[in-house]
Formats: sequence, C-alpha cells, structure tokens
Amino acid sequence: MKILVPVKRVIDAYVKPRVKSDQSGVELTNVKMDINPFCEIAVEEAVRMKEKGEAAEVVVVSIGGAKCEEILRKALAIGADRAVLVETAGEDVEPLVVAKILKNLVEKESADLVILGKQSIDGDNNQTGQMLAALLGWGQGAFASDIKKDGDTLQVMREVDGGLETLSLKMPAVVTTDLRLNEPRYVKLPNIMQAKRKPLDKIPAADFGVDLAPRVAVLKVTEPPQRSGGELLEGSAAEIVQQMMDKIGNRIAG
Amino acid sequence: MTILVIAEHDNTALKNPTLHTVTAAEKLGGEVHLLVAGKSCDAAAEAAAKISGISKVLKADDAALEHQLAENIAPLVADLAQKGGYTHILAPAGTFGKNLLPRVAALLDVQMISDITEIVNATTFVRPVYAGNALATVESGQSLNILTVRPTAFDAALAEGGNAAIEDVAGAQESGLSAFVKRELTESERPELGDARIVVSGGRGLGSKEEFERLIPPLADKLGAAIGASRAAVDAGWVPNDYQVGQTGKQVAPEIYIAIGISGAIQHLAGMKDSKIIIAVNKDAEAPIFKIADIGLVGDLQEIMPELMKALDGLLGTNGMQKTA
Ligand SMILES: Cc1cc2nc3c(=O)[nH]c(=O)nc-3n(C[C@H](O)[C@H](O)[C@H](O)COP(=O)(O)OP(=O)(O)OC[C@H]3O[C@@H](n4cnc5c(N)ncnc54)[C@H](O)[C@@H]3O)c2cc1C
Ligand SMILES: Nc1ncnc2c1ncn2[C@@H]1O[C@H](COP(=O)(O)O)[C@@H](O)[C@H]1O
Repeated sequence: MKILVPVKRVIDAYVKPRVKSDQSGVELTNVKMDINPFCEIAVEEAVRMKEKGEAAEVVVVSIGGAKCEEILRKALAIGADRAVLVETAGEDVEPLVVAKILKNLVEKESADLVILGKQSIDGDNNQTGQMLAALLGWGQGAFASDIKKDGDTLQVMREVDGGLETLSLKMPAVVTTDLRLNEPRYVKLPNIMQAKRKPLDKIPAADFGVDLAPRVAVLKVTEPPQRSGGELLEGSAAEIVQQMMDKIGNRIAG
Repeated sequence: MTILVIAEHDNTALKNPTLHTVTAAEKLGGEVHLLVAGKSCDAAAEAAAKISGISKVLKADDAALEHQLAENIAPLVADLAQKGGYTHILAPAGTFGKNLLPRVAALLDVQMISDITEIVNATTFVRPVYAGNALATVESGQSLNILTVRPTAFDAALAEGGNAAIEDVAGAQESGLSAFVKRELTESERPELGDARIVVSGGRGLGSKEEFERLIPPLADKLGAAIGASRAAVDAGWVPNDYQVGQTGKQVAPEIYIAIGISGAIQHLAGMKDSKIIIAVNKDAEAPIFKIADIGLVGDLQEIMPELMKALDGLLGTNGMQKTA
C-alpha cells in the first residue's frame, strides 16, 4: 500500500496572527511558520502504518511556494520516504484547486490511501479531503480519531457532534485527521540529517493543467471586534465570589 | 433566487443548528427549500414543514440515507442542485455539514465557502479565519454558492408557524464506498452545548478526571448549563471529544460562559469569545483568558468552587435552576 500525505505550510499555531493595516491579509513576513498541526498528525499516522508493515511507502506533498520545502523536510524527518513540492508562484490556492492537483498526483503515484489534515489552521476551510474523495470517487473518513486497516477495508472512528462514529471504508480511501488520532513524535537530530538526503521532487503547478485562478475573491481582511477584559477580582475566595455575585447574580439567575 | 438548506437531523427530530441556518438562508432573500435526507424520516420532515419561512420540504427517504453517509447524500444533493436551479446550498457548520458540503461542492465544481458569520449580499460573505483572529470578507464569482453557516452567528428561525408542502425525492443510491458500523453518542440530560444559555467549561487546571467530575457537573447542573472543555481536558480523556470548545471544536456563544482552570489559548478563545458574559477562574492573574473575561476571579479553583456553589445555593436555592433546553 502506498500512502500520500498532503501537508500545508501555515503560521505557527502558537503565534498570534496580526491583520495587516491595509486589510489585505494577515502579516506573514518574519512570522514563524510550520507544518499545519493536523498535517503533522497525518504524517505521523502514515509513518506508523509503514512501521507496522501496513504501508510500503509514504509520499508527502505540499502545494505552495519554495519555502514549503522546510515542512516537507520535517515530514521526511518524521519518517516519510519521499516528497513532492508542487510549486506555485507563492500565493495560496483554493481547496478545490488543491484537491484537483492532488487527484492528479494520486493517479500518477497510484496511491491507495490519502491522509490529510481535517483543517488548515490559517484558512480554517475544512474542505480539501472531502473534495478530493469526491473527485476520486472514493470513500471518506473525515475527522478520524482512530484508523485500522482490515484487509481491503479501513475502519475509521470519527469525531462527530454528539460523540464518535465508526465507518468501514472500501479501499482506496481518503481520511482526514482529528487531534486525538495520535501524538506526533519528537524528531531527533539524526532523523533531520537523514531527511536532507531523501528525495524531493519539484513540479511546477502549471504542469498539472489545473486552472489555478481563485473563484472566490478576498475583498478585505479585518480585525474582529476586540473584547476588553473586565475587572480582576483578587482576595479571599469568599470575598471575590461575593463580589462576583453582587455584579452579575441577577444575570446568572436569568 | 432559490436556496436549498440541508437539514441536520436524526430521522426523528431536526437538530437546532438547522433553524439557525434557515435564518441565514432567509437573509439571502429568495425562496427557501429544506432537504430532509434520511430513512423513515417522516417526523423530521413534518417538523421541517412547520418551520416559519420554508416554502417547500424535499424528503428523500431511502435505506441508503439512514446514516447520513456523505458518499450517498452528496450525489443526491448535487443532482437536486442541477435540476432545481438552486443559487445557494447551505448547511450548518457542524460535523455533518463540514463532512458533506465539500463533497457536494467538488461534484459540482464549486469552490465552497466555509463557516460564514455574516451575509453582506447574495454573493458576499464574512467568515472568520486564523482561529477568529481575522475576519475575511469574500466575494464569490460563481453562479452557485455552497456555504456552511456558523449557527451561533444567526438567530434560530421559528420552529412553528410554517406550513410547507412535503415533496418526495427519489433516486438515492448506495455508493458502496462506505458503510456505517456504529455510533457512540455521549448521553446527557443537559442542554446542547451549542444552544445552552450558560456553559461551564473546565480545563487542565482541574488536574484530573476525578476533580473534573467532582467539581464541574454539580456547578453545571445547578445552573442548568451545558458542559464544555478545553482541548487539554479532552486530550487527557477527562471528557468526550465533542465537549471541546474552540477553533477546531465547537463554537459557542451563550449568555454566560464560565471558564474554570482554562488558560485562554487562541484556539480556545476562537470558540467562545462571542459569549455575552465571560467569567473566568484561574490562579494566574496573567492568564490570557483574563484579557477577554468580563469578570476574572484570581485564585485557586479548589477554594473558589465551593464558595461559588454556596453562593449559588443562596441565589438559586439548593435545587438550582430549572433545566432549560
Ligand atoms: C491545531 C490545534 C488546534 C487546537 N484546537 C483547540 C480547540 O479547539 N480548543 C481548545 O481549547 N484548545 C485547542 N488547542 C489547544 C490550545 O492551544 C491549548 O493548548 C489548550 O486550549 C490549553 O488548555 P487549558 O487551558 O485547559 O490548559 P493550560 O493552557 O495548561 O491552562 C491551564 C490553566 O489552569 C490554571 N490553573 C492550574 N491550576 C489551577 C488551580 N488550582 N486553580 C485555578 N487555576 C488553575 C493555570 O494557571 C492555567 O492558566 C489546539 C491546539 C492546536 C495546535
Ligand atoms: N496547499 C496545500 N498543500 C498540501 N496540502 C494541502 C494544501 N492545502 C490543504 N492541504 C491539505 O488539506 C487539509 C485540509 O485543508 P483545508 O481544506 O484548507 O482546511 C490540510 O490539512 C492538508 O492536508
């Protein structure tokens, strides 16, 4: 089995994003960037399947500017075998475009399973995996918290509103990861060194024959209304609870 | 303009986010149809027909739709979209809609727009990005718009007062791509996290599952509140996954949100900063949650929680508030 894992380069999850004053977007120059956390979970899962002997090869792919090489190297350090960088002029492409390029790659690579993140933490789209499954005509296990390969089916436990749901997917299939699927390993220095020697192919996005133009225009990006903190109550527990009740007891009572 | 709303339901009853999505559909201006796709879903379809503002209910009743598998519903919706001449397809931005609509959009070659919080006009929408740290105003150049709607950003439509015709829709098919195995739902008598008037959320500061269970449910029950949690509490296995409030969990906007032992990471704030009143209990006066809390109680939750329960006994009586759905 060959697994394809698409990974996206995004702002570091622990950096507070700042809106640019010209309202054109979020400031990304000189801001720490990293692999999207859900994609890191996807890479980890694929590598574990390889380590269990369920997968023969794990190929990671990123669609974006030249700097995506950094996150591909990180994925290789986790344990992926090979990377593909689909190079664009740098700006973000929409999920439907990403899905169309990935469909091409899946066919070219004859992948049997694609594991994506459920959501990119910059665009918060939560679309690409489901779109790719539709384009390929494959089953989808979105928001997975557990994956088990069982012959030529895949048992996927999904995090849904209300609890957990388990589906059995016919292979080949698409899975998207939720936070509880696994905890990605710490990459060690030797793995980072090794990753530098693993193959990384670059293909211009234009070679895929997919129209890259956006269908949805971003007119402006603005700051959300800011909440200002209220009062901090300090003192003994009994005192501060009393102060709180004086202030909003009636609102609590409804 | 004709708008198709995909109802979220369990074959018997409609889920509340559907009502909020209907309000968003009405804001677009145009005829609103509601699709109830399920198995033996008459009761849900009848409830749908009563919603004020709906002009037609489409009922697709088929064994293939029983478990709401995206692989089986998506082709049906795509087909309806093409035949029905719809300009917009909407679903609530819960796990049901997020799973289904991108699949529909790809089948129709449409770039969908996720999680809208405002409708500027029929093709221009506002949506939060970067965990709600930025709001993007986007304009679609497409003749069909496919949108998921953040329920907390729109009021609920009236569940009564309408009298729409129910039309049967045939043609659902088993895709053979996926099969339902089981569902383990979190049983709770408490109000739904998404619609509760008060939400009590616990975080890592509670220290253990035992302490979470000892301190949080009694407070929630006294207040007739729903229980939420931070990712840390969910990851630790103290509470089920669907309690997670935040960027990648549930979005809530109750009248009162009470955060106990939660630091206030941006991913958590993304899910609750639209609450009307935020109360936070944290022993660290520098915790980021205090930057947005209306009332911050600085101190050890082990000392504050018993005082809070006592004070609420005084305010509400020992039985607490009536449970409100
Ligand atoms: C991709 C991604 C997605 C994420 N999505 C979400 C999400 O949807 N929702 C979410 O919540 N998080 C999410 N997170 C995680 C988030 O970044 C934080 O790690 C998490 O919210 C922290 O949870 P916490 O506040 O309970 O724990 P901590 O940050 O550890 O805070 C615990 C707090 O408790 C206080 N405390 C400790 N003991 C006491 C005491 N005795 N009395 C009073 N106070 C005490 C401490 O001062 C501290 O402020 C996500 C992270 C990533 C990377
Ligand atoms: N530019 C990209 N390159 C590679 N993978 C991507 C890209 N954009 C999205 N993905 C994948 O799709 C997932 C969901 O992204 P999104 O639909 O944008 O929320 C991500 O976690 C990635 O696995």
